Amino acid sequence: MSAHHHSHDAPPNPYLEKRRSGEASEKLAERAAAIEQMLVDKGLVTTDALDRLVEIYENDLGPMNGARVVAKAWTDEAFKARLLEDATTAIAELGFSGMQGEHMVVVENTPEVHNVVVCTLCSCYPWPVLGLPPMWYKEAAYRSRVVIEPRTVLADFGLELGGEVEVRVWDSSAEIRYLVLPERPAGTGDLDEDALAALVTRDAMIGVARPAA
Amino acid sequence: MNGVHDLGGLTCFGPVVPEADEPAFHEDWERRVFAMTLASLGGGLGPVDAFRHAIERMNGTEYLRTTYYEHWLAALETRAADRALAEAPRADEPLTVEGVEAAVPAGAPSERDEGPAPRFAVGDRVRTLNLNPRGHTRLPRYVRGRVGVVASCHGNHVFPDTAAHDAGEAPQPLYSVRFEASALWGPEAPARDALYIDLWDSYLEPAT
Repeated sequence: MSAHHHSHDAPPNPYLEKRRSGEASEKLAERAAAIEQMLVDKGLVTTDALDRLVEIYENDLGPMNGARVVAKAWTDEAFKARLLEDATTAIAELGFSGMQGEHMVVVENTPEVHNVVVCTLCSCYPWPVLGLPPMWYKEAAYRSRVVIEPRTVLADFGLELGGEVEVRVWDSSAEIRYLVLPERPAGTGDLDEDALAALVTRDAMIGVARPAA
Repeated sequence: MNGVHDLGGLTCFGPVVPEADEPAFHEDWERRVFAMTLASLGGGLGPVDAFRHAIERMNGTEYLRTTYYEHWLAALETRAADRALAEAPRADEPLTVEGVEAAVPAGAPSERDEGPAPRFAVGDRVRTLNLNPRGHTRLPRYVRGRVGVVASCHGNHVFPDTAAHDAGEAPQPLYSVRFEASALWGPEAPARDALYIDLWDSYLEPAT
C-alpha cells in the first residue's frame, strides 16, 4: 500500500499504568481476598488448589512446549502431516493438552502465506503450548488493529512482508486455539531438535515475528 | 452484546507496547484472581461463556480504563452475585490439588455429539447475519453482514449465546469462515489478505 497509516501514532492508554499504584493495588487485593474467602468458605475450592493452579501456569507451562512441537514438525515430516491434520492429537503425543488447548489447529507459514493469531473479543490463547499470553496480546491496541491493519502491526514488530505474501489473520472466536508453525530458518539444516527449538520464540508462534535465524 | 470489548477494526488505541521480560503476573492479587477463575469455571460460578459475558457487562468506560485482571476480578464478583454465592449452602466437595492435576491436562472440550447436521460445507459462500443480541455472542460487529467462504467444519460445539445465560449448551455446527480483507475493510485492503474466524451455524445464511 502506498499510503502511510498514522493509527499507531495515537497515544497509548493513559490509564493503565496508574492502576498499579499503591492505593489502587491495595483495594484490588482486598477485593480479591474477599472473593477467595467466599469460595473457600463455601467449599468450592481449597487454598492449596489455588496455589497449585498458579504454580502450573507461572512455571510449568510456557512457549518452550510449543517450540518443541515446531522443532519436531521441522525434522519429522510424518509428525508434521499429523500436526496439520489433527493438531490436538499430535500435540498430545508430546504430552501437551488441556485447558484452552482442547481443540488445536496449527496454521503453517510458507513463502506465500503468513499467519497471525488474535482474539479480538477477549484473550483466547493456546495455553498448553504457549503458557499465558503477554499483556500486549490481551490489550486493546493489538486486538483492534491486527484484524484491520495486520501488515502495519507486524511492521511495528519488525516484520515486513511483501505484497506477494498472503496475510491470514485468525480471530479465535470459539474454543478452537491456533498455533502458527513458522518457516524453518535457512541455514539450520545441521541443527538437532533441541537447537531448533531454541530458535522458536513465542512471538513467532503467535505470528508477529519470525524465528531467530 | 454490543460492548467496547468488541474491538476488532478500531484504530484509536495507539501502538502495541510489548513489555520487556514481562512477568506472568505483575501483582499477587492477580495470581489469586487467575487461580480463582480457573477453579470456578464450569463449576460453582458457571460456564466460561457466562464468565466472558460478565466481563462484557462491565461499564464500557470502566472496561477501557482498567487492567486485564481487573476485568477478571469484576467478573468473579458479578458471577458470585449472579449465583447468590453468599447465601448458597456449602458445597460437598471442593476442588483440591488432585482435582487440579486432573483438570488442567483434561481441559473442558466444547465439542459435542449432539446437535443438528451442518447446513454448510467447505467452499460454500455464506453471509453473516446482522445479529445484535443484548446478551452474549461471539459474532463480532466487524464481521456482521459480510460474505465469506466456509474453509472448514469443526463439528458441533457448545453455543455461547445460550450457554452464557443458563439457557443450555444447544450445540450446533461451528465453521471456520474465510473473509477477504476487502470484504471487511473496503477496496483499499491488500488484495491477497484474508481473515478467518470461527462462526456458529445460526450466525450464517447462504450467500450466492
